[in-house]
Amino acid sequence: MTSATTMPFALAAEHRERLMRIAREVSFGAGTRLFEEGRRADRFWIVRTGTVALDLHVPGRRAPVIESLGQGELVGWSWHFPPYVWQLGAEAMTTVRAYEFDAVAVRAMCADDPGFGRAIAVWVGRVLAHRLHAARTRLLDLYGPYGGDGRP
Amino acid sequence: MNDVPLPYRVTQVRDETADTVSLALTPAGPTSLAPFAPGQFAMVYAFGVGEIPVSVSRIDRRELVHTVRSVGAVSAALCALRPGAHVGLRGPFGTGWELDRATGQDMLVVAGGIGLAPLRPLVFDALAAPRAYGRMNLLIGARTPHDVLYSQQVHAWTAAHGPLHCGVTVDRPAPGRLGHVGVVTTLLNGARFEPRNTTAFICGPEVMIRATARDLLQRGLPAHRIRVSLERNMRCATGHCGHCQLGGVLMCRDGPVIGWDRAESLLSVREL
Repeated sequence: MTSATTMPFALAAEHRERLMRIAREVSFGAGTRLFEEGRRADRFWIVRTGTVALDLHVPGRRAPVIESLGQGELVGWSWHFPPYVWQLGAEAMTTVRAYEFDAVAVRAMCADDPGFGRAIAVWVGRVLAHRLHAARTRLLDLYGPYGGDGRP
Repeated sequence: MNDVPLPYRVTQVRDETADTVSLALTPAGPTSLAPFAPGQFAMVYAFGVGEIPVSVSRIDRRELVHTVRSVGAVSAALCALRPGAHVGLRGPFGTGWELDRATGQDMLVVAGGIGLAPLRPLVFDALAAPRAYGRMNLLIGARTPHDVLYSQQVHAWTAAHGPLHCGVTVDRPAPGRLGHVGVVTTLLNGARFEPRNTTAFICGPEVMIRATARDLLQRGLPAHRIRVSLERNMRCATGHCGHCQLGGVLMCRDGPVIGWDRAESLLSVREL
């Protein structure tokens, strides 16, 4: 079951096939760091199986997990926007099998073919909009004692 | 349906989370309320304090279990009860989940926070007759891992490779604990269901209900096969006082469980 933000749903077949031609199958053991906040964003992944945790460095504390990503989901969007630097860290929570993509190569493909570039931009934009909406919803603390309506 | 409170005895009190308890109740006398269906609610009276609507979270012959979160004077009084105490009970009230609507179809149960309580008897009933349904999914969202209701039961469902696919996600993970983090709709990708042949049952905060229903519509579920449970200020529970009116719907009588084809327009009106 896939959502509107997963690649099979978000990209037309021609663009999907083109992107998948440069995909590399990879796997990570549980606990493997995929990337670190502040480092160069030169790759991205689509999860095939397993779960990846996104975390944020907080000085003096163990990095809290912000969100977890599962099957079909895009791991990493910072590769698409200058300055191409990761905003969060990512770690495999379980054994993860994924498709890995070379971000420099994908950006070059986007620059060469505006149609493909637009499709990729819309897909990444949809993922971002979805995660922004989810983050805003979580800010409401809906499951708190008063359902997020701010009562004491 | 009984309009006059009957005395029920608290036989067991179980702490579910830091602010939520389950009260097992049996009739204090020879008379008991009519049988409850999953999704229906009772008006539970804490003597000398007041009365609130509480959905039934387990139905076991003459014993009823109500899960109560301490958020106000009456619910705090109920949470403070000990075995042997008495409450007044009226009911059963309202519409139920109507599990038979899912016969022959995949089933999706989505619970947010305390919303798992009214859905639990539905899950029990479905698991009692798994062949009647297609693939069964239970997706649970909670604030933290410590706020997941019925944690032992949920853990057993999650770990089992039985007919039920159970997923849990939290808004804030506990340090060092593995588990899914994010809104409950993110669990839909891992659920096993064919949208055109699925019935969904959703209960939780209304923002969560709306987000889940919209996601399911996008995936192809028809609105009338998305059943949601809404909460309003219920007083009489018999459709007379109007406190629980939502548009043209009296929640105590026409709800709390209604189809999304009816609920969507009601929840999109700011004034309601």
